Parts: sequence; structure tokens; C-alpha cells
Amino acid sequence: MRNPWGRPRGLALVTALYVLWSIIPVAIAVQFSFNDGRSRSSWQGFSTQWYVGDPAAASSVLYDPSLRSALTQSIVLAVLTMLVATPLGVALAIGLARWRGRGARPSNFLMLFPLVTPEIVMGVALFLVFDNLYDFVPFGTWAQFLGHVTFSISFVVVIVRGRLFAIGRDYEEAAMDLGASPWEAMRRVLLPLLAPALLASFAIVFALSIDDFVISQFLVGPASSVTIPVRLYSGARLAPPPSLNALATVLMVITIGAISVAGLAYKYLGRRFGGAEDSALESVGRFEI
Amino acid sequence: MPTNLASGAEYDTVGHRRWVWPAFAIPGVLWLSLLFLVPFYAIFAVAMGRIDPILLRPVPEWNPFYWDPSVFARVLGDLFGGQVGVVAMRTIGYVFVASALCLLIGYPVAYFVSRKAGKWRWVWLLLILAPFWINYLMRMMSWVNLLSPDGQVNQVLATLGVTALPEWLSGQHFVVILGLVYGYIPFFILPLFAALDRIDDATLEAARDLGASNLETFWRVTWPLSRNGVLGGLVIIMLPMFGDYYTPNLLSGSPRTRMIGNTIDQFINQTTSQGSVGAALTIILMIFVAGLMVYYLYNINRSTQEARR
Repeated sequence: MRNPWGRPRGLALVTALYVLWSIIPVAIAVQFSFNDGRSRSSWQGFSTQWYVGDPAAASSVLYDPSLRSALTQSIVLAVLTMLVATPLGVALAIGLARWRGRGARPSNFLMLFPLVTPEIVMGVALFLVFDNLYDFVPFGTWAQFLGHVTFSISFVVVIVRGRLFAIGRDYEEAAMDLGASPWEAMRRVLLPLLAPALLASFAIVFALSIDDFVISQFLVGPASSVTIPVRLYSGARLAPPPSLNALATVLMVITIGAISVAGLAYKYLGRRFGGAEDSALESVGRFEI
Repeated sequence: MPTNLASGAEYDTVGHRRWVWPAFAIPGVLWLSLLFLVPFYAIFAVAMGRIDPILLRPVPEWNPFYWDPSVFARVLGDLFGGQVGVVAMRTIGYVFVASALCLLIGYPVAYFVSRKAGKWRWVWLLLILAPFWINYLMRMMSWVNLLSPDGQVNQVLATLGVTALPEWLSGQHFVVILGLVYGYIPFFILPLFAALDRIDDATLEAARDLGASNLETFWRVTWPLSRNGVLGGLVIIMLPMFGDYYTPNLLSGSPRTRMIGNTIDQFINQTTSQGSVGAALTIILMIFVAGLMVYYLYNINRSTQEARR
């Protein structure tokens, strides 16, 4: 009889083919961002002209106004979103984890709802409300910022709450038995224990925001508010030069950086309490585009 | 140490006054009320509002007692027997075929990486997670490159001697479905991987000790234990697929492959006076996916309740 715990070659083959299929198209797109020529399908040698090339010779991420503005807009939006959504989400997570009053259940429900709402629904909703009710908010950066924070808050809550449950209340109570006031216990015991979740939240919100397409597109205003994903969407079918591939590659490198920070935060800072990794993994699984 | 700590109902176990925790939650709750709940309501207010006769733009009706269902009724009529109905049926068809393919391809992959990958498991895991780090639009753009008339796919086919090359990027159903599968399958694999990873080896050993064959062990132990992961994964990919408009637009752009998301995108983003039709279509989309949303909501809520214990 065959060893039932042996490695099944058929499964390995299927998995290998899947991985190749999922990675090769993107690898080719990255390769052609370094093409020494305008083609995106025939290789003419290595060059970085589509990244930093002189504006007179070719459009490049560094010098083409529309590509450069998309890069700046994406980064500005992601940093703003990260700085506002993370504190809001952390406070909400702490509040919801400990509040036992009448409003706790509906608030919890309100926090979960954005996670399960299709992005197009949220996009339409925000578009209509900025168009009709909050018309003092201009479309573009401000509307996009408000929208990004709105969909990010719930992710922060899910990440932070996982760690809050893993930590429990014992450490705070111990601190207070030793004479700390409730606020001191929170500031000097709870917040440091939450540090990995905080760092992971910053990084994940940054990645969520910079990768977002639907909300950014529904709330786009003047040309200067076009983000990288919106620029990729509008340019992809117009036979663009490889500088569009270069822009996409830059975005990919930035996202990998942010996710690595989140992963390392958990690995090195979060070792002492199990359980939190699961919630981080699950929240990553909820990445929408 | 303050003497009144933990005495009476005014303080909780960590010594904070009772109002402290709701105070922590208030900024977030307020933000979500103003920028999630109100906008959500705005969809209904616009769909049930009226059209300004001079400016020809929708005027929202915030008071439900004055709601005018005529636009919504017209769209609903179009759903049963009109153009919207065709688009809705196509959307359902695409989503079901694409989800079935995700299951067919994704299950063996998740199963292999979670249970059979041996010491190289972390490399495999990294490889199946790789698409998460790459922007969806970039992944679609890569296929636009490959499938364009002078793209790599046609180059390969030409060297193989295939002369009658189709126009891949215009109105091909299977190309759109390929795009949906390619785009969403990582989101299916990850929760399934987590579910399969949680199955205890001892359970499988027990099945074998009791005389089950490989196939029986899989069918009667592994599969039932992973069913929640499969369901979770399917719900996670079906929700955004139902509202997708960018995939068919990038990989086809033809009315032949229009999905319900394309119609919404068109009425909201590309015309100014049709907001109420777009809003009505969004409500119809939500009715479509309401079951999925409730299931997903129930699942997240249950997993956090379990973590709390």
C-alpha cells in the first residue's frame, strides 16, 4: 500500500502550475517596465528610462506630470488615511472590547458593516452623499481621504481587538495593584502591549489605502486627484508606453514594503501573545482592492 | 491607591469610570454614522427621490413618507424582461462560473500548501500570498499586455503556426471569466488554507486506523471539516465579483460582457443626470448579495465572540 503521508505529486504539480500562472503575467509586466524601447511585448534590452528617464527622450515616472502626480497623490492619501484611521480604529477597538452598555451591540454592528459591504456600494453611497448632502466637501483629495478612512477603520478594529483579547486585563489590574492610576495603567501598560498591533494597523491601512481603486475612482475630482490604480485603469487599454508598467511596479514595491513592516511587527514585537496573528491573517484575507 | 476603586457600579474592573469606554468608541462611531450610515441612506433617498425638471438632475428625498418609487419601479420592470435583466443574468452566470473555477483550482492548491508541502511550506505559502502584495489593476493590466493584438500570447500562438488569431480583448466571455478567476482566487485560497491548516492530523490518523482509504478519509473527514473555509472563501470572492466593473471594462469593454457593476458605474460616474437610476441599480445589487452579506457578517461576529472567550 502506498504511504498515505507521502507527498502527492499530482497536487504538487497543480500547485506549481497555479503559482506560475499567478506570477508570470505580473513578472512579465515588471520585466517590460525595464525595456529599452517603447514596446511592451518585444524585449529590446535593459534600461531604467521609464523610471527616471529624461523628459525629452521619453515619459518616465519621475518626469511625466500625470504619472508623477498619481504617485504623489497615492502616497499623500495613504499617509493621511493612516494617520487618522489608525487612532480612530484603536480607540474604537478598546471602547468596543470593554463597553458593556446598551449602545455596545449596535456600535459593534455598525463597525462590522463596512467590512461586508461591496466596495461599489460604498463608492456609490459616498459619491451620492458628497454630491447631494455634504456638498461643502469637494470631490478629489478631501472626499477620497474621508472615504479611505471610512473603509479602513473596521480593519484596524479587527486587528487591534484580536490582540486586546489575547492580552486580557490582568496586566492592567496588576499595574493598578502596584499603585498606577487607571490612566497610567493604560498609557504605560496597555498601549506598549498593543504596540505590534498599532504598527501592523498603520502599515495595513497604508497598504489598503494605496491599493484602493473603487473608492478613489468614485470620489475622484480634478486630474491632480488621480491615484496610481485609477491611472492604471484609465491608461491600460490605450496602448501606453512601459512607463505605466514602471508606475505599477513602484506601487508594488511600496505595498510589499508596507506589508513587510506589518509582518515583522507581528513576528518580532508580538511573540509574547498568541492568537493575534490569526486575526491579522484573517484581516489581510479581507483585503479588497 | 484610590479607595473608591472597584467599589459600586460606577467603576469597572480596571478602575475606569463607566462612561470611559463608550467615550473611547464615540469618535469612531460618529465617523461611521456620518460617513457610512448616512451615505448608505443617501442611496435610498436618491433612488426614491425625484428629478429636477429644469436642471435634470436627481433631487434626493430624505423623508421616507414622501418617497416616489417610480424610478425604482421602472428599473425593477427592466430587471424582469428588459436590458437590466439580461445584464443581471450574465452577472450571475459569470460569478457562478468564476467561483466554481476558483473552487476547482483553489482547493487542491490550498490543500497541498496547508497539509502536504513539507519543509518548503513557508516558500509555497509566500508564493500563494504573493498576489496580495500586487495591485489588482496591475494584475489586470498584465493580462491586457499579454492578450493585446501584438502581445505575448499571440506571439506564442504565431510561432506555433496558429494563423486565425481571435480578438481576445473584445467581448470574449471566457476572457472576462479568466480575469475574474485570476483576480479573486487568492482571496478564496487564503481562508480555505486557514481552515485546512486547523485540521488536526490526529483526526485523519484516526480515520485511517478505523480502516478508511485515502479517498474515504478525504471525503468523510477532511472535506466536511473544511466546508466552512470553502463557504467563507466563496462568500469573500462573490461579494466583490457581483459589484465588479473594472475587470470586464479592462479585459473587454464590449456591451456583450457588461456586468451589473458596469451599468452602475455608467449611470453614476459617466453621466450626470442618471444618479437615481444608478442608485436604484445599487439597491438591486444589494438585494442580490444580501444573503452573502448576512452570512459573512454572522461569521465575523462569531469569530470575534470566540476570540473574546
